[in-house]
Amino acid sequence: MPEFTLWDIVYNLLLAARWTVLLSLVAFVMGGFVALVLLLVRTAGNPWAMRLVRGYVELFQGTPLLMQLFILFFGLPLIGIDVSPWIAAMLGLTLFTSAFLTEIWRGCVESVNKGQWEASATLGMNFTQQMRYIILPQALRIAVAPTVGFSVQVVKGTAVTSIIGFVELTKAGTMITNATYAPFTVYGCVAVLYFVICYPLSLYARRLEGKLHNVSR
Amino acid sequence: MAYQFDFGSILPHWKLLLDGVVLTTELAAVGAVAGVGLGILGAWARSSRIPVISQIVAVYVELIRNTPFLVQLFFIFFGLPALGVKLSEFQAAALAMVINLGAYSTEIVRAGIQAIPQGQIEAAQSLAMNRVQIFRYIVIRPALKKIWPALSSQVVIVMLGSSVCSQIAAEELTFAANYIQGMNFRAFEVYFVTTGMYLVMSIVLRQILKIFGNFLFERRHHA
Repeated sequence: MPEFTLWDIVYNLLLAARWTVLLSLVAFVMGGFVALVLLLVRTAGNPWAMRLVRGYVELFQGTPLLMQLFILFFGLPLIGIDVSPWIAAMLGLTLFTSAFLTEIWRGCVESVNKGQWEASATLGMNFTQQMRYIILPQALRIAVAPTVGFSVQVVKGTAVTSIIGFVELTKAGTMITNATYAPFTVYGCVAVLYFVICYPLSLYARRLEGKLHNVSR
Repeated sequence: MAYQFDFGSILPHWKLLLDGVVLTTELAAVGAVAGVGLGILGAWARSSRIPVISQIVAVYVELIRNTPFLVQLFFIFFGLPALGVKLSEFQAAALAMVINLGAYSTEIVRAGIQAIPQGQIEAAQSLAMNRVQIFRYIVIRPALKKIWPALSSQVVIVMLGSSVCSQIAAEELTFAANYIQGMNFRAFEVYFVTTGMYLVMSIVLRQILKIFGNFLFERRHHA
């Protein structure tokens, strides 16, 4: 039986961590895009569209990510779309991310002073112009810190995709454990790698938050 | 060939799903009570005058908040036996939830404590109250009241997160769903129904926490 050194374990985990990073990035960018569309729909004022977006957000915030992944992974093949774990993981995390970001950004848009809407309307701006030139630039400033903070949740969410068989950091940890019988070391290393990815994001979010508070004071 | 949905095939297994709901509820209850308790202790220790204690708590909070719950669970269930700590599936799941919620609620409760006006604490000091009395009678209740919505959301998140405990064979709701779909091969139907059950549970839990919060904070007389 081959011997596994600590370096073998860490090296293989690092290889798998690339997939964790890639999945996080894709889910975050695509989720952000979907969230922006949903945010515009939500704030444009059509009551039915508003209710629909609210329902969407509540559905994803009120059910486990694992269930969302299972439904995509087992449900899409039923309507004739074959999905690999990678596609299901990407889609699932994108939808999950979009729901949370919609809710975070809605709060930021609503925190922009109401007078700004009224003033820009008085200048004859339509909804698109108001959003583009007046509201979003101000909301963006408030939104950066909680958005960076949420990216940590996305990275941690990718761990759940290991359960539908997507080979990222956590799944690699399980596979290596089965080969080495050293769960303490392997899962310890897995945790450290997640920490190395997430902690800088957390720190950055906190620094941004501090900056924002100092400006508004 | 179009797929024929068959939600009726779940009905014979309703007892399994019910058992799953019960266990998920138990996990959530243990996690919520002990986790929030741990969070209050942690927030208290975080404001300790002894720097080492405060720093240890800070490290705990950062370690837990920056790693996935699933990895924490695997570490506790598969990793700790190497140190001679052997836990049952339920114990490992409950412990992971308590530790996880404890870290988040430490941060949340701390934010509430920091929002207490300094004058209140000075006033209590001038009445010769000691640190424990000040914390118990002056600080904690208004602090909790302030952060109750955030704390409630975190409890719901942890309850939903318990679905990954199926991976260490803790027999909660997701485990029941996996088990049923292994028998009737109706994966989509089973997970669809289970997802609905989680949705209902999270709505009910949110309401319970809201009512409990009102009960805790709205009473006029002193406890």
